Amino acid sequence: MNVNIPAWPKTDKERARRTRFTFLFHLRPVTLPARALRWSQTFGLGGSSLLLLILLAATGLLQMLVYQPVPGVAYDSVVSLERDVTFGPLIRGVHYWSANLLVLVVLMHTARVLLTGGHLGVRRFTWVLGAGLLLGVLAASFSGYLLPWDQRSYWAVTISTGMLTYVPWLGEFLQRVVLGGPNVSDATLVNFYTLHTSIAPVALLLTAGWHFWRVRRAGGVVVPPVDSVDDEKVHFWPNLLVREIAQGLAVVALVLLLAAVLGAPLGDRANAGMSPNPAKAPWYFMGFQELLIHFHPAFAVLVFPLLAVLGFVALPYLVPEGAAVGTWFLSPRGRRATLLAAGLALVLTPALVLVDEFAAGGPGNWLISGLVPVLTLTAVCGGFTVLIRRRLATDTAETVQAVAVLLSTAFLVLMIIGVWFRGAGMALTWPWTGGAA
Amino acid sequence: MSDPQTTRRGFLGWLWAGLGVVALGELVWVGLTFLRPRRKSGEDVPELLVCGPVEDFAPGTVTAFPAGRFYLARLQDGGFLAMHRECTHLNCTVPWSQADERFICPCHASTFDITGQVLSAPAPRPLDLLAVRVENGLVKVNPQKRTRRSAYRPEQVVHA
Repeated sequence: MNVNIPAWPKTDKERARRTRFTFLFHLRPVTLPARALRWSQTFGLGGSSLLLLILLAATGLLQMLVYQPVPGVAYDSVVSLERDVTFGPLIRGVHYWSANLLVLVVLMHTARVLLTGGHLGVRRFTWVLGAGLLLGVLAASFSGYLLPWDQRSYWAVTISTGMLTYVPWLGEFLQRVVLGGPNVSDATLVNFYTLHTSIAPVALLLTAGWHFWRVRRAGGVVVPPVDSVDDEKVHFWPNLLVREIAQGLAVVALVLLLAAVLGAPLGDRANAGMSPNPAKAPWYFMGFQELLIHFHPAFAVLVFPLLAVLGFVALPYLVPEGAAVGTWFLSPRGRRATLLAAGLALVLTPALVLVDEFAAGGPGNWLISGLVPVLTLTAVCGGFTVLIRRRLATDTAETVQAVAVLLSTAFLVLMIIGVWFRGAGMALTWPWTGGAA
Repeated sequence: MSDPQTTRRGFLGWLWAGLGVVALGELVWVGLTFLRPRRKSGEDVPELLVCGPVEDFAPGTVTAFPAGRFYLARLQDGGFLAMHRECTHLNCTVPWSQADERFICPCHASTFDITGQVLSAPAPRPLDLLAVRVENGLVKVNPQKRTRRSAYRPEQVVHA
């Protein structure tokens, strides 16, 4: 470590410098395993998420000085930001693209952790905190969706909160608490603005701090067992530091490029009397909107999401302690099982969507399009478990990983269908004939 | 020391715990009450909207009243029905298409006939009804009084 600091500070100035230096550097480890440096071990996704959060905080703070959270004025203040404020479009563009990339990067980070066993053993609770962060990022992003008060935001929030009304018994109450009334109004805008600019950022900051602390306590990112690669230790400075700076610069460059070239979209002013065709939820909720097309509403908006969140949080606790972690897909056997799961979901999901589209007539009663599909899904997962257990002899960790990949790939396919393959009237189309919104 | 349940110290301890639970309950109650929806249903529409004389509305037509967020439909037999303009699927605003003689939701393609009955899914129930009355040849609607219905029935129609 060629850091030029005297061994024992003699003056106040030196002491202060030492304090500042050590404070900044105690946030990072002094040494780390050389194996953790490999880019393909993590792709730097966790760090990139933090950087995007910082970009969002900075550009969000600037926009708060211009934006006015009152219907009738909100849209004009965004137009003014785009037209009159120097670098206004750039700041708004950086915020928009950082937000979209954050959702994407956080999802990729989740996948990386799942596929390298980074959620197992001592890192179990870190995963639970990560699940909270994922939900927090979605809430922050969704609450920001309404603020421009254009047609896209108004109707996306109308139909997304409309999905809540299908929750049995509590639905209407939930929708009204979220909206502050029976429909999207001034009360909704204040609710969303406060959630977006105070509640979500503070919650994310606290949870992220806890998450990072847990990662440090676990000895850093998950790495393969010692016997597979040599156990060399390297100093954080400069080995990891230069890599983090390089990745950070690349992420900033990408965001700036997207913001400068594409900017952030702003449609026509919100009009409560005219719904656009089609009206779509934000892209990360399109999986649910697609579920709503095929399943009984109570299952699409309550049973499935609840099971998904519970399963997601419980995932590391399904695997017994002491599983071998750190290599991609856990083992060659795990890789085969995972690829099989992903392939199966990629084939089966579009097939089922097509069958439902042309054979059945949309959602029926809770038995036909609720309980029966849930039992079928359980049977498919069960059958798949038996298959990989028998044919590939997977252990518990590999089996859980493969089933999780099966389900999340299926949901991902639904989201892609919803975003790109649904056109006017939510009919199936090709993306190049007007599917993408 | 005797049994903590019977000593004065033990009793006071339980008392504090009980008071703590009560205080927590109050906090939750205050919080939830504060978060209750501020805007009431129908707050942003007038209590009574005079749509106009009966003869202004031709049978088989639908007239929009944006100020009251509803449609006034006159059926072929001359009866009136007032229906809220929100789709029962996900609350989009449904326009009337005179050419197709049906309401077509632009968001997810639900369609409703002139009586508000669902012609094609995903909408789960007919358009909500509003109270109509005809007085001295004038059609009047109360946009604040909105009722859900599971099906269209002839007695929902108001005759002049």
